[in-house]
Amino acid sequence: MTSLDAYLLFGALLFSIGLAGALIRRNAIIVLVGIELMLNAANLNFIAFWRFGPHPEALTGIMFVLFSIGVAAAEAAVGLALIIAVYRHYRTANVDQIDSMKG
Amino acid sequence: MSVAFFIIALLTLLSAVAAMTLRNLIHCALALAFTFAGLAAAYLQLGAQFVGFVQLLVYVGAVAILIVFAVLLTRGREPATQGIFSPKWPVGAAVALGVFGTLAGLLLSSRVLHHEAAAIAQAPVRQIGEQLMTHYIVPLEVLGVLLTAALIGAVILAMHERESDSPPPSKT
Repeated sequence: MTSLDAYLLFGALLFSIGLAGALIRRNAIIVLVGIELMLNAANLNFIAFWRFGPHPEALTGIMFVLFSIGVAAAEAAVGLALIIAVYRHYRTANVDQIDSMKG
Repeated sequence: MSVAFFIIALLTLLSAVAAMTLRNLIHCALALAFTFAGLAAAYLQLGAQFVGFVQLLVYVGAVAILIVFAVLLTRGREPATQGIFSPKWPVGAAVALGVFGTLAGLLLSSRVLHHEAAAIAQAPVRQIGEQLMTHYIVPLEVLGVLLTAALIGAVILAMHERESDSPPPSKT
């Protein structure tokens, strides 16, 4: 059986990949995708701690992940709507060019 | 270390890297869907069947499709010769590497994590449903309200602006 720290390392790698993508990509959609990857890495950690924790019958990790997935879905919908609204206004989805507060 | 976990982790991480580095945004979205499916497989392997299927339904089914729609709606006359990475990408890469180094160092030096799973953990759907309907009923209702608000907010945000603000170009 795979031990807990392998799953946590997996989650840490996924989080770092998402963070790197959110920091260095120029397209706003890919920045949002990076944030989604980071959220998923956190979910993976919750499930791993639930599985290897002392009280798996309490189901707390499962519940937290279910609510986290729901909130992440709401976040993705609003974030993509924001990106579409910004694109309609600036005619670009490049986060380096969207730099004025009022325009 | 089990072979299944190794394969799942490798494929998931590779597709995550592909989603972050490919130039074509549609390819990015496809790689992202693969990453989500890999995570669902990891949940299944951990014994959390319900969460695995929820992950498949919500992420692969809804979020990936939503991202494809956003990509299609926002690609226009941007020059393809532009780089896909920000000019200051070494800073971002260094920050991400530093975060990973910190996390990995703490994980590997921690002593509380090195114990194996005691018994087979199970999360039957019946038990999850009962808990959701009794102990977690208030968060569940709040989540419903949040999703409704997000739905309405997303529609309002993505609605067309007034004609006087910025007339859309009629060129097709």
